[in-house]
Amino acid sequence: MIPASFEYSSPKTLSEAIALLQQHGADAKILSGGQSLIPLMKLRMAAPKHVVDINGIDGLSYIKEDGGFLTIGALTREADVDASQLVRDRYPLLADTAGVIGDPLVRNQATLAGNLAHADPANDHPATMLAFGASVVATGPNGTRTIAISDFFTGIFTTTLEPDEILTEIRVPMSQPGSGGAYLKVERKVGDFAAAAVAVQITLDGDSFTSAGIGLTNVGPMPIKATRAEKALIGKPAVESTIEDAARIAAEEADPAEDLRGSVDYKRSLVRVLTARALRQAIIRAKGEH
Amino acid sequence: MSSTTSRTSPEIGGMGHSMKRKEDARFLRGQGKYVDDVKLPGMLYLDIVRSPYAHAKITKIDTSKAMAIPGVLAVVTGELLKQYNLHWMPTLMSDTQMVLPVEKVMHQGQEVAAVLATTRYIAADGVQAVEVDYEPLPVVVDPFKALEPGATVLRTDKEGKTDNHIWHWEAGDKAGTDQAFAQAEVTVKQDIYIPRINVASIETCGCVAHFNKTDGKLTVWMTTQAPHAIRTVFALVAGHVGLSEEKIRIISPDIGGGFGGKVPVYPGYVIAVAASVLTGAPVKWIEDRMENLQAASFARDYHITAELAGKKDGTLQALRFKTIADHGYTDAAANPSKFPAGLFHIATGSYDFQHAFMEVDAAYTNKPPGGIAYRCSFRVTEAVHTIERMVDIFANDIGMDPADLRKKNFIKPDQFPYKSQFGFEYDSGNYVGALDLAMQRIGYDELRKERAEKRKKGELMGIGISSFTEIVGAGPSKHYDILGIKMFDSCELRIHPTGKAIARFGTKSQGQGHETTYAQIIAEELGIPAEHVAVEEGDTDTAPYGLGTYASRSTPVAGAAGAMAARKVRDKARKIAAYLLEVSEEDLDWEPGKFFVKGSPSKSKTIQECAFAAYTNHPQGMEAGLEAVNYYDPPNLTYPFGSYICVVDIDKGTGQVKIRRFVAVDDCGNIINPMIVDGQIHGGLTMGLAPALYEEINYDADGNIQGGSLMDYLVPTSMETPSWETDKTCTPSPHHPIGAKGVGESATVGAPAAIANAVVDALWHLGVRHVDIPITPPKVWALLKEKGVAE
Amino acid sequence: MTTRKITVNVNGTPREGDVEPRLLLVHFLREDLSMTGTHIGCDTTSCGACTVLLDGKAIKSCTAFAVQADGREVMTVEGLERDGKLDRIQEGFHHEHGLQCGFCTPGMMMTSYALLKSNPSPSEHDIRWGISGNLCRCTGYVNIVKAIQYAAQKPAE
Repeated sequence: MIPASFEYSSPKTLSEAIALLQQHGADAKILSGGQSLIPLMKLRMAAPKHVVDINGIDGLSYIKEDGGFLTIGALTREADVDASQLVRDRYPLLADTAGVIGDPLVRNQATLAGNLAHADPANDHPATMLAFGASVVATGPNGTRTIAISDFFTGIFTTTLEPDEILTEIRVPMSQPGSGGAYLKVERKVGDFAAAAVAVQITLDGDSFTSAGIGLTNVGPMPIKATRAEKALIGKPAVESTIEDAARIAAEEADPAEDLRGSVDYKRSLVRVLTARALRQAIIRAKGEH
Repeated sequence: MSSTTSRTSPEIGGMGHSMKRKEDARFLRGQGKYVDDVKLPGMLYLDIVRSPYAHAKITKIDTSKAMAIPGVLAVVTGELLKQYNLHWMPTLMSDTQMVLPVEKVMHQGQEVAAVLATTRYIAADGVQAVEVDYEPLPVVVDPFKALEPGATVLRTDKEGKTDNHIWHWEAGDKAGTDQAFAQAEVTVKQDIYIPRINVASIETCGCVAHFNKTDGKLTVWMTTQAPHAIRTVFALVAGHVGLSEEKIRIISPDIGGGFGGKVPVYPGYVIAVAASVLTGAPVKWIEDRMENLQAASFARDYHITAELAGKKDGTLQALRFKTIADHGYTDAAANPSKFPAGLFHIATGSYDFQHAFMEVDAAYTNKPPGGIAYRCSFRVTEAVHTIERMVDIFANDIGMDPADLRKKNFIKPDQFPYKSQFGFEYDSGNYVGALDLAMQRIGYDELRKERAEKRKKGELMGIGISSFTEIVGAGPSKHYDILGIKMFDSCELRIHPTGKAIARFGTKSQGQGHETTYAQIIAEELGIPAEHVAVEEGDTDTAPYGLGTYASRSTPVAGAAGAMAARKVRDKARKIAAYLLEVSEEDLDWEPGKFFVKGSPSKSKTIQECAFAAYTNHPQGMEAGLEAVNYYDPPNLTYPFGSYICVVDIDKGTGQVKIRRFVAVDDCGNIINPMIVDGQIHGGLTMGLAPALYEEINYDADGNIQGGSLMDYLVPTSMETPSWETDKTCTPSPHHPIGAKGVGESATVGAPAAIANAVVDALWHLGVRHVDIPITPPKVWALLKEKGVAE
Repeated sequence: MTTRKITVNVNGTPREGDVEPRLLLVHFLREDLSMTGTHIGCDTTSCGACTVLLDGKAIKSCTAFAVQADGREVMTVEGLERDGKLDRIQEGFHHEHGLQCGFCTPGMMMTSYALLKSNPSPSEHDIRWGISGNLCRCTGYVNIVKAIQYAAQKPAE
């Protein structure tokens, strides 16, 4: 319940924050929403010697379409993403996802960026960003660099972020006409991690898929991009048999482990069922039907 | 709807009024005083080092690093307590439990040492710094294996003990029952496991112990539902270290939910008391939630082989249950001492059986002690779940509608008082009435049609009934005691000169609203507005002796004591009124709040006038004052009952069970405050939903707990909880002074079976006869897969 | 171990502290400021008993450090009553019997207060969704929903 002692800084600018990260290296941890970090610290499963609180840095909280992307700043809270009319209208997959992170109280503090940077395979946004084909912007002592989300996750709780970098922006490709998406999560109760969850983002031209992104949550040691299932959709008509086919393949691409949320078979079956259901919903949204 | 019509006006607020709660004033403002709110000068903090192993020898405890932390004052170990013979303590079932171990630990999460420090944060640092060496021992977590010959003997502390068997208990007529089974047309048999669960009240357990070295008085603020019993136990257990009962004060302040989980004496309390006695400083111990989920407040864990015998026409004839009870490493269950399996033998339920027999064998395992009476009276949830599941299996096996089968076998109204095969005398009941109302409210016939149509389309929908009889209000001194203390309860009532009153009781509310409901009982009897009756509980220095609040006993026992004390007061007031009006007592009539002369109603004296006269103008030869004490020894238990009907829809893709509707018809006799009764039912239903679909505590083969935090122990939120629909019938208790029965636990007792029956009903046509709770989506999905119908 | 001086505006009043960085906000309120209305029910950010408003947003004060509240506004249950008058939320909980043991109640009311500010006419589903981060063991939520619906009918202060 009580964290170990630590030193604390609350920098007012990004460069200050980065300098602190450079100074303390692996001894430092960034605090943004804190809804993953602080629980770990209370259990003493994380005990950073230096906590760098970036919540005081201005200009990092925004949701806007800019330069061909939906851009989301590092300090944008899940609740803001969930409530954003822009996101609900044009990026329903993202709205779905933000709405099922934890519970309403957690969402008031938790940040989308933190959800990605923490890289817990049970987190929801990684799969969604994989489905979007999103990228993230990392800012470090040498400036910024853009990392494709498919390159971002390297292992459990590990990303390609350097110890002296901060994830400052998420970029989702601009919503295209004929696109739609959905996130479906099976959880044991509100606030839980997923037993399995599937993110789907598709584009239809007429009645056929012209693009497809499928991300799988918590059915492997890392978030999974179901590339074979995606390929099985391209050029095919948006009909039941295509959907079921892709869903079946997505389930094969999952690599779940048995735990308190269910057996390997159960989770794999969930992936199939949820992929199909998410595809159906994404198609409805893509066609503008509600 | 309730047929309790009120005799008193809303201004007086007697029985039947949904009076708003008096205790709300402080809770709404955040001014409740819970144990962790207690802050005393010089207070120290206790935090506990716990074992990661389920069974292990302790070879070394190194406290040097902990003691080196500034602010850590001491590390208490079993060796230290042993010097005062406090390292073991008795349990409520006359077994023994370690306070701190000297030789070995017997469950994961067991207390191993305790750090005393100047702040909560330093105490936590101290706990991290204590180093303990363990030598793991073989772990026994399966109670069946524990009872096999050759199993590792756990209680090596008990001289001469060569097995893990705690006790055997049986009831009923074995020979007659066996014969009935042998001759029966139809028999059904089912293994039913009711897993271990945790009470998980939002406030965890804790205490502030303060031993005053100057006058030798020990004051303990404690999360306890039974403060007097605690005081007496402390006096008996620690008398040899100087604690004397007149110098022990247990204060049970506001409690954030008890539900039975705050009845036992937990080791943390004893360690805190010892630490305070040793230092003379106040010592606070508050457990974390994970400590609570891993070491305290466990219930259920019954493995039952259940059998029913009867006829093809649906007549039930005989019942036979064999149970293995998993108690953890010691029997610290909270049951009346003569009934180690509690009131499990209420399992003949609402039905008229001709023969019944049951036997229970309890086993030691490497788990924390279990068997708390968790909102179930004593083991009644286990009993009801079993009989209601079996009745459904029997009905479905012979192709009879489960509602019809129940009605055919219900004890009939003219059979009350009804003596069951297990010796209980049910006071009153109207089972058909409750079930009919429930069926009408849910639209039973329409639902059956819908289910038939859905089945044709391959959709899974189920209807489940639970028609339960509860048994509460322990209990008559002839049969009921805890550690020898009889289970009466008490009220001390005093009327002030200005006609206001104070009433103190031996029970202790943890949210049930006694400050309001007890005042309403007094208001009913005396016509003094409930608003003017101050109610106090929980301080053993001032409250009369009682056995506390659990097992729905407050209204049946202490509420009765309140009514009886009020009647004594009224009797004396009548004498005063007669004196003031210069008539004889026989010439007076009473209406709530007033004596008046028969035939001359304008000649009257209010109860307030009588109270004033008791201090200013009492008759010569009579004692002044206006007060009374009653210790109520109930002549019988009371038997609330009800019928619950649940409708579920099952998602064939995910296995998720969605409760579409749940109608609960309860009968708790005469109702004091309908609003409070409904609140109890809503909460109880939610605590029945929880183990039915979500909650369980399991252990792997090494005794590691699965589900030891709120991340995995799935307490339902507002989203998992349906919008409960409630209704009432009213069949008063003939033996209770106000005809009330108690209701706090009915819903927790009756709900799990209604939900389980609904799920099995949805799957019966696929060949599924039973599913153990919690009925989780993976469990359902596995069945659907097996039956070839998963999406 | 360095402590940090902080000033937190609690229920409209600036309150000072000199705190370890690791001090949880809930402990700062309960212990340093002796405001024990906010309660602790768990250790895994699961129960919501500790809910307070931070700059108007309902958060779990057990999952924030006191230093994070420096220079910011915190509203607790003690701040609901103003000038001797109960807030409509408190009235609703009293009128509809939305509390029993009272332990989850402060957190539940703070969440409800913030909910009605952002959604003045919530549906039952909105309410249940809005309080899904606050656990209650006593009430079964039915009367809590009614309490919030009652409050929604009253004018906001």
